[in-house]
Amino acid sequence: MCGIVGLYLKNPSLESQLGELFEPMLIAMTDRGPDSAGFAIYGDEVPEGETKVTLRHPEDDYDWESLAGAMAEGLVTELSWFRNANAAVFKIRAGEEQVRAWLQESAPDALVLSIGRSIEILKEVGLPEKIAGKFKLSEMKGSHIIGHTRMATESAVTMEGSHPFTTGMDLCLVHNGSLSNHNRLREVLCREGIRFETENDSEVAAGYLAWRLEQGDSLKQALEHALEDLDGFFTFTIGTRNGFAVMRDPIACKPAVLAETDDYVAMASEYQALAGLPGIEHATVWEPEPATFYIWERDA
Amino acid sequence: MKTFDLTQNTVRELNQALHDQSGECMEREFDVFSPHGQHNIACGLDQNLSVNIMGHAGYFCAGMNKKATVTVHGNAGQGVAENMMSGMVRIKGDASQAAGATAHGGLLVIEGNAGARCGISMKGVDIVVKGNVGHMSCFMGQAGNLVVCGDAGEALGDSLYEVHIYVKGHVKSLGADCIEKEMRPEHIEELGNLLSRAGIDEDPARFKRYGSARQLYNFKVDNASAY
Repeated sequence: MCGIVGLYLKNPSLESQLGELFEPMLIAMTDRGPDSAGFAIYGDEVPEGETKVTLRHPEDDYDWESLAGAMAEGLVTELSWFRNANAAVFKIRAGEEQVRAWLQESAPDALVLSIGRSIEILKEVGLPEKIAGKFKLSEMKGSHIIGHTRMATESAVTMEGSHPFTTGMDLCLVHNGSLSNHNRLREVLCREGIRFETENDSEVAAGYLAWRLEQGDSLKQALEHALEDLDGFFTFTIGTRNGFAVMRDPIACKPAVLAETDDYVAMASEYQALAGLPGIEHATVWEPEPATFYIWERDA
Repeated sequence: MKTFDLTQNTVRELNQALHDQSGECMEREFDVFSPHGQHNIACGLDQNLSVNIMGHAGYFCAGMNKKATVTVHGNAGQGVAENMMSGMVRIKGDASQAAGATAHGGLLVIEGNAGARCGISMKGVDIVVKGNVGHMSCFMGQAGNLVVCGDAGEALGDSLYEVHIYVKGHVKSLGADCIEKEMRPEHIEELGNLLSRAGIDEDPARFKRYGSARQLYNFKVDNASAY
């Protein structure tokens, strides 16, 4: 089953309330996904040439301070960081590949949840309400956010199986459905140099889009290709550094509702998740069409 | 008139109050506020009630309806009026997929668009959609009428039995064994009555009729010996 939600702000004056507006949306999808939950929030962007990485450690009292010191020394660079529960966000004056290589070598037990210039992913096993509280979601600021509540079907209820997944710079997607050609596609993408952490089908979709964008596709072109190359059931909500998209497969058996006002675009598996948004009673509310995608982007 | 606010009462409480009328009817009119997309609102009614839902409803709204008139002043989620037996369900906005699925009787009016699989396996209900219907509408439809004042998506009427389908707009494609049929005077009359019952002002002469070509396996008498 699973629930997916997304909120993209058109009105920048609401950015300080992004987390507060989004938290009830995620919690409203608990019935569709009580096993684990997560979200990818975009905001607090670092300049070009710098990298923002979100790391997670299983121990709540992990010594991030030491890791930060070692990283600054190892990469011979400046960085800033902050802790959020058992995760920490680092902003590093270094490129993605350098950061990844150092982490793999020197901090292999710290799990990379996200890497990019804007994205922060936070996720855990447990009820959405618990996870939102743990990471203080309601206090978060940003331009857009996508989230997932999982009802585990194809693999165990573990941190590794928790969504959302990201495989490339700032790209993230949340998925309701199941892909049927993900194994073959994963092989193809691995040959193209895309990294995968799990056996999950949704991660392949994220990897596919990251690969298309790397090939120079616009988000629109990447989604056109995805409609041809992905087989299975899917409703996706996709975040990029400056964009937000929703796409459904041609069969369209996985639910989706979109709502748009002058202030925001909101997406959810069910309308219930949108019911508390300000001005929703006057919003344009519609069901996205099969084999169709919808994109909102701000200037890069 | 009795009112329910679904931020104050549960859907179960509302439905119980509606079911309580099925024997001796103490209250015929109900207004439901703040539905907020909750599922199973006004399901399983069995009395001549009038229920107004003031906002968007979730899945299976007015499912299994008998006798009652249920109006949604907003959109409805999947499976609205599924397995309806009689009465009338009216959606002022759009309906999601599988509207009127397997319904045996009554009238379902959707004033906006209906999603995919509208009237799937319908068994006698009359469905009138003012807007468009999505793909695979009326799949395996057995009896009743589907009227579409807008356009129909792919594979309309696939594996159809005896439903009469009337479409005014463009049909993207017809499903297996579904064909366009002649619009005879009795069909103009039937369609005129359906539009009039639905309160929709359209000229029946501008519609085309579709139905089963009756060429699939189950229509062949030669296959009867298999049973």
